[in-house]
Amino acid sequence: MIRITEDTLDINAITNEVIDPACGGIDVFVGTVRNQTKGKEVTHLFFETYESMAISEMNKIASLIKEKWPVQKISIHHRVGRVEIGEVVVVIAVSSPHRKEAFEACQFAIDTLKNTVPIWKKEFLKDGEVWVSAYP
Amino acid sequence: MKLNVLLFGVTKEIIGESPQQIEIQGETVKDLRDHLLNNYSKLSGLNSLMIAVNNEYAENDLQLKESDEIALIPPVSGG
Repeated sequence: MIRITEDTLDINAITNEVIDPACGGIDVFVGTVRNQTKGKEVTHLFFETYESMAISEMNKIASLIKEKWPVQKISIHHRVGRVEIGEVVVVIAVSSPHRKEAFEACQFAIDTLKNTVPIWKKEFLKDGEVWVSAYP
Repeated sequence: MKLNVLLFGVTKEIIGESPQQIEIQGETVKDLRDHLLNNYSKLSGLNSLMIAVNNEYAENDLQLKESDEIALIPPVSGG
């Protein structure tokens, strides 16, 4: 399942989506909100998205993965809106017959998502706010 | 031609509310990019500025239509 939501992400429920009798390996990546960045204290994050294109790009990642690896199922869920320290921002779950492909596909999914999916993160710091990666 | 352009993230802070109606000379993605960089110099300081047309990343030579859904895509930072 591919989903963008303002709701809390349920890691167990998302992992269960990819369980498959043909698969012995499930790899799950969980991205959470860190309380500091470059030595500065972060109070919370805000994520904005261009949802229609983001869903399209996430579907492309899932299609690419199924072309490259014998992956049976893949789920990508991403939070948007305000997210607090320690909360889950993204969950990617991948199932395949063997673990090696599941690890590789899951890493490819998060790396590609960070490069191509139109989602933007604003960090709220003790002394200001900044759109992440916008400027050199 | 007059284009309705969706803005996200830092581009809203540089240009203004989304969507923006932007009138350009010419009709390609490059013409829109040139217009934006000429009028909003802060855009040239960004790490990257992609333009999406109808939910796809667009190349500079793509021909635009007034009915297209156009969006500015500053550096993404999901995950």
